[in-house]
Amino acid sequence: MTEARRPRRPLGAALTRPTVLVLTGLWVAGPLLPLAVQAFTDQWFYPDLWPNRWSLAGWEQALGPQSRLAEAVATSIGIGAAVAVLATALGAAAGRALAWYRLPGRRLIELVLLAPVLVPPFAVAMGAQIVYLRAGLADSLTGVILAQLPAATAYATLLMSGVWAGVDPALERQARTLGAGAWRAFREVSLPQLRGGLLVAAMFAFLISWSDYLLTLLIGGGVVTTVPLLLFATAAGSGNQAATAAIALVAVAPPLLLTALAARRLAGRDTALLGVGR
Amino acid sequence: MTTDITIADLDHTYPGATTPTLRRVTLEVPAGTRTAVLGPSGSGKSTLLSIVAGLSTPTGGDVRLAGHSVLRQPPHRRDLGVVFQRPLLFPHLTVAENVAFGLRMRGTDRAAIQRRVAELLDAVALPGYGERRSGELSGGQQQRVALARALAARPGVLLLDEPFSALDPQLRGDMRALLTELHRREGSTTLFVTHDRDEATDVADTVTVLLGGRVAQHAPPADLFRRPATLAVARFLGGAGNAIPGTASAGHFDCPLGRLRLDTDHRGAGLLLIRPAAIVVGDQQGENVVSATITAVTDRGTHLDIQATSAGVTLQLTTGPAAPLRPGDDTHLWLPPAHLSVVTP
Repeated sequence: MTEARRPRRPLGAALTRPTVLVLTGLWVAGPLLPLAVQAFTDQWFYPDLWPNRWSLAGWEQALGPQSRLAEAVATSIGIGAAVAVLATALGAAAGRALAWYRLPGRRLIELVLLAPVLVPPFAVAMGAQIVYLRAGLADSLTGVILAQLPAATAYATLLMSGVWAGVDPALERQARTLGAGAWRAFREVSLPQLRGGLLVAAMFAFLISWSDYLLTLLIGGGVVTTVPLLLFATAAGSGNQAATAAIALVAVAPPLLLTALAARRLAGRDTALLGVGR
Repeated sequence: MTTDITIADLDHTYPGATTPTLRRVTLEVPAGTRTAVLGPSGSGKSTLLSIVAGLSTPTGGDVRLAGHSVLRQPPHRRDLGVVFQRPLLFPHLTVAENVAFGLRMRGTDRAAIQRRVAELLDAVALPGYGERRSGELSGGQQQRVALARALAARPGVLLLDEPFSALDPQLRGDMRALLTELHRREGSTTLFVTHDRDEATDVADTVTVLLGGRVAQHAPPADLFRRPATLAVARFLGGAGNAIPGTASAGHFDCPLGRLRLDTDHRGAGLLLIRPAAIVVGDQQGENVVSATITAVTDRGTHLDIQATSAGVTLQLTTGPAAPLRPGDDTHLWLPPAHLSVVTP
């Protein structure tokens, strides 16, 4: 019935949307397609459009006994999980303050939170390396987690302040009058309303950690090997394109998977959940 | 179980504000009674309630529940229930879970919670609504759930902040009746705040008028209209239409209308107040009867608004719609002593 009420669109407009969608899809996924092919061949030479022999040698090498991929994945997941939990908790606390209280210099705080996006990462990483070396935190997992935390927390805070803005502070006050202590009122009343937002924030924080290269390289000092580090090392060191492609696919999988999951969870929901600036 | 509320010399000034919101507010609500705090917006009445609830800390004075100061106790330890203007139902919980919330916080066992929730949903005329979500209810139904939720844990004190102001006028009447009924059943000492004088006089047995952060009068509803303590109270209650200057002495008031008999503690220059509806038109003779000439009659359908002059004083009065009065008629007006009061000009 909505079909009948909708005004007819001219043919050009009707074709524009699918075209834009397909082009965007190609632009995003395009670079990944050769990877997917390359991971399954050991012979693919210019100017052939298609490899003339298929092989699992790349995967054997990437997953083989000398490979450190499994270890790198475990390290990446561990660091990512730690960063996700810490950044989400900090972001939820800071987001509440930003959204609910009239803080002096609130605009300034929001600008500082955007700094990780605005400031060139190299400058930050170089400075961070010096600080962490002096503090004795370099070359350690703890150091890498701490180094990745600020950027992830900033994202989580911006996101969570948007989520908190949609939660009525009066509800927690009402819970207090019904016999709930401050923490219990938060847990029983606000937390259930934050759940979707917390999930998205944790996912973002995990992905920021998962794809970080620079900070992990400088602060980890080669001792902490995550998937991106292994990928670079393999690409630069071995020249084995099939193995590199296989590792790259492994590195790409979680972001795609998590995004798909989040998209499903958020489908049909208030998209303002992701509207960072409100 | 009920609790008396004592509010003693309460002062409150918001941070950064130049004038105080509450000044030396003293108020006693005996256990099991209903007191309304009546005042215009900005009079400090909501602040007062939020201090009693423990959601704000006053800058001075004390709040005692059952004789014990509670200022150092957080809201969740004060044994009270609060209903705000908005129902504030928890959106992720069902109606039954909302009503059960306070009991769950106190660790009541499941069977007892179920019994009490069912009992209260019956009491607020929402039986069988337990599994619904708050979004499926109308505004009035939501506020009834909020009432049930506030009373579920049998608090000694029930605080209400403009609980019916957001509802339709017709619904408001029903809610007042429901509140009175619930109070009879549950007996919680009730303090409620409103700007609506009909609501205050309908529901409460005692009304405290709060003007500019001060208690202007504390009296039973009828006295409030019959004997306003100040001109400001009379104005706020809409009863300053007839204000006649004169001089008060023991048992008398001398003014252009003559010497009127009344009972007042006021001495010296003052304003005589009488509500238009308290003036009796008729031919009787005797004390407090003045002769007057009708100057204007307006038919309001339910009553007549009449203007009369007597000894150069203009009087406003109202009569039943069938009174046979016309402009120019000479008549007698009786000013009943029980409805006369004198205030400082």
